[in-house]
Amino acid sequence: MADLLIELFSEEIPARMQARAREDLKTLVTNGLVEAGLTYAGAGAHSTPRRLALAIEGLSAHSAATVEERKGPATTAPDAALEGFLRSTGLSKDQLEIRDDKKGQVYFAVIKKPGRPAAPIIAEVLEHTIRNFPWPKSMRWGSGNLRWVRPLHSILCLLTDEAGAEVVPLSVDGIASGNTTAGHRFLAPARFSVTSFDDYTAKLKRAFVMLDSAEREATIWQGAQNLAFAAGMDVVEDRALLAEVAGLVEHPVPLMGRIDEAFLGLPPEVLQTSMREHQKFFSARNPKTGRIEGFITVANTQPSDHGAVILKGNQKVLTARLSDARFFWENDLRVAKAGMGEWLDALDSVTFHNKLGSQKARIDRIAALAREIAPMVGADADIAEQAAKVAKADLRSAMVGEFPELQGLMGMYYAREAGLPEAVALAARDHWRPKGESDSVPTDPVSVAVALADKIDTLTGFWAIDEKPTGSKDPFALRRAALGVIRLVLGNGVRVGLLNIFGKHISILIPMAKAVGGVENIPEGKTAKDDADLLAFFHDRLKVFLKDQGIRPDIIEACLAMPNNDDLTLLVKRAEALAAFLKTDDGTNLLQGAKRAANILAQAEAKDGVEYSFGADIKFAETDSERALFAALDAADAKIAPAMAGEDFAAAMSAMAALRAPIDAFFTDVQVNADSEILRRNRLNLLHRIRALCAGVADFSKLEG
Amino acid sequence: MAVLSTAPRCFQEIILRLQSYWADKGCAILQPYDMEVGAGTFHPATTLRSLGTKAWAAAYVQPSRRPTDGRYGENPNRLQHYYQYQVIIKPSPPDMQELYLGSLAAIGIDASLHDVRFVEDDWESPTLGAWGLGWEVWCDGMEVSQFTYFQQVGGHDCRPVSGELTYGLERLAMYVLGVDHVMDMPFNAPDAPIPLTYGDIFRQTEEEYSRHNFDGADTAQLLRHFEDAEAECQRLLDFPPLDPKTGKTIIMAHPAYDQTIKASHLFNLLDARGVISVTERQAYIGRVRALAKKCADAFRLTEAGKDAEVIA
Repeated sequence: MADLLIELFSEEIPARMQARAREDLKTLVTNGLVEAGLTYAGAGAHSTPRRLALAIEGLSAHSAATVEERKGPATTAPDAALEGFLRSTGLSKDQLEIRDDKKGQVYFAVIKKPGRPAAPIIAEVLEHTIRNFPWPKSMRWGSGNLRWVRPLHSILCLLTDEAGAEVVPLSVDGIASGNTTAGHRFLAPARFSVTSFDDYTAKLKRAFVMLDSAEREATIWQGAQNLAFAAGMDVVEDRALLAEVAGLVEHPVPLMGRIDEAFLGLPPEVLQTSMREHQKFFSARNPKTGRIEGFITVANTQPSDHGAVILKGNQKVLTARLSDARFFWENDLRVAKAGMGEWLDALDSVTFHNKLGSQKARIDRIAALAREIAPMVGADADIAEQAAKVAKADLRSAMVGEFPELQGLMGMYYAREAGLPEAVALAARDHWRPKGESDSVPTDPVSVAVALADKIDTLTGFWAIDEKPTGSKDPFALRRAALGVIRLVLGNGVRVGLLNIFGKHISILIPMAKAVGGVENIPEGKTAKDDADLLAFFHDRLKVFLKDQGIRPDIIEACLAMPNNDDLTLLVKRAEALAAFLKTDDGTNLLQGAKRAANILAQAEAKDGVEYSFGADIKFAETDSERALFAALDAADAKIAPAMAGEDFAAAMSAMAALRAPIDAFFTDVQVNADSEILRRNRLNLLHRIRALCAGVADFSKLEG
Repeated sequence: MAVLSTAPRCFQEIILRLQSYWADKGCAILQPYDMEVGAGTFHPATTLRSLGTKAWAAAYVQPSRRPTDGRYGENPNRLQHYYQYQVIIKPSPPDMQELYLGSLAAIGIDASLHDVRFVEDDWESPTLGAWGLGWEVWCDGMEVSQFTYFQQVGGHDCRPVSGELTYGLERLAMYVLGVDHVMDMPFNAPDAPIPLTYGDIFRQTEEEYSRHNFDGADTAQLLRHFEDAEAECQRLLDFPPLDPKTGKTIIMAHPAYDQTIKASHLFNLLDARGVISVTERQAYIGRVRALAKKCADAFRLTEAGKDAEVIA
């Protein structure tokens, strides 16, 4: 048994790539070793800005010897067959064994492959790993052809067992393996040799390098909290930033400073975003004031003056950055207080899409549509329109120009400054949402109206100009927009017929698109076709969405056949009731019965060339089972139709459930294809009642099982 | 390395120390290119010389113009005309990072007191059809340089790879000298008989050019000049390579490239004048890139730009 230590030492690896690179190194090397016949007990990968390291414990010293037996031709076979066999096995005739087989004597080859020592296997696997490493972006440097994330400087590859440590010899593009590495770039730059993983980590620590990224994260977080505590503040948690900063330093030293009083009036999100994006600072909040008042920067060195110069420099850069931010904020406030007219006018000259006109034109459309939608979501139409008109004004603000991620949030602040109603301010913030699958859905009625109008405008617009998503290409994020509509509608229980909305909106959209030459004369019927196609797009998205919620696509499919399928809330309510019903015993059995009825009917109808929808008459019922089914269907009819009309799908399903026993009994006791043609027809007409009744709930033929 | 123990006292001393440092390291100290460019990268000593296999090492100051950054001399950090210090070495030496850190020491940045970091920043110039991987270098949280390993220029793979350093001189100097407003920065020695600040030299021109860039420049004329430069570039490249006067093959890669530089600057001016819409922007950038690529193609056929013969 031996331990293996690998270190790939390079120029600074981007922080965001390190976690993935650690995993890739571990997977590629251990898989390679195992494929080559070695075994190991454990492996751990590490990274710092300048190195990727892998420690493997309990590695076998040799790959296991293998014995392969191969059956060859019969001893009586022609020479050519034997020669071929010898060639393929690499043996000579006298090395073959002759064994008895069912058909006589045959040659057998016993190929023994001795185990190989670990070192050459490691060398091959490591070279292959380096040459094929899946960096998101890689580069060449100098005159070489090797690709790595940044120039690779040294390869440490050391195999340690009881006898001692030995370098595994390999050379990749002129970089020969060795047993040395270097410490911190400034604090301990000299190269030194190591003898094992423990020796490596200990010497690195002395050379101011903390190898384990989790340890660096913990050190940073602990240090930041201590500094903040001493200043009477709390650090604002930011896991992504913590991971990033841990990838930028080998020797983390947190330092804390205070934000100049002059900037404390900025919105906290602006302070946080500016500090995080530009400086990679953590924010510290004063619990007494609730404001962000401090920052924590993490240096990668042990400065001789305890960080005074570094802190002063960082403070200065922050001041310059926040001066910019304050300049943007103050200018923006001036425009906002004047009603944001300047931004709205400027949006006229910003193209949304060259076939759909300017952002201004888009906003006008969204405002008109928000008005339409408002009453359906319980919002005031005037306020919804007003909100839509200003919701995108912040796109032209200086702050959003600098920090696009603050879009919406700045809109909220500026709408408040403009003295607009709070619902308008919230809509400015939330009408973009939900942005992704994990983003929450707005619930304020005005926000919902504007968010729906925004997304439906985008979808109908791109459908009108034939820019639909194809395959993996969805440059305008239309799938996300459709999913957004679905989540807004379902999340708020909105009752809206989408086709009606599409139709109304397109009548506003087309003239505007024509005005910018985006569309020519629309061919007859294209609009209706587009609307149906867009609805089908929604239905596809809905299937994906509900599948994740545990509702099978075939259940949606069965419900799509029902009227008003452009009312997604109704559609899902129906699907949920049906899904719940099909999970019960009654449900699955009824489905079987209904399918059986439909099959028998379909065959009979095909044979006879008629549809058996003449109405069955109870006077031709012969058996109790038959009469019981008549009664059960009458009872179910009386309940199901009103329940469906009242959208009480649960009541309809429970009425359906009551049919299960009579249907089962009918099929057990009654022969549908009776000798008497009268009885047969009456029974087929009775089956038709089952089919019709089911069809009033969903299209059962689409259901699986 | 020759670390000067004294801190520099003025802007020009920082430039002079960089010049002398890189001269010591064996770079040819070139002078600025005599045309309006947006960045030191546009100098043919970088763009064109990063192509082909011939070894190359040069360093120079390049006055750079970014018309949209004009602030009438009032902003403490923003200028429409500023200086970049540019170093280009082909092939990139293995100790390029150490050489760079030595240059910081030479201008008084002591690594035992400061926090110097290499933070991922991939460089791309859509107008030059060029990209590379590298970092922005931070000193105490401030970006002081761009460090790039060129991978492609003018659409050509860089083989070997050049290492490129770009220092934003004003920002770096302000930091080293502890100055808060660029216009207050001493340009020559503060105890010189006639001490001059950056503002003494550039405040007025910043004002004049800001007005020119935002309001004064004649956009119709700029548009015409853009078209002219584009056409002239193409015309020069279309010239037959064989020169009847000398009997030599002379491809006019550099004169054509001058027209590319011109087109690029004219585009920047048009952009500052606000007459280029968002959609048109991409089209203009694409037109300049097309010129840059053609010039790179042409340069690769010249003596300076072709690959060395491989001796079998």
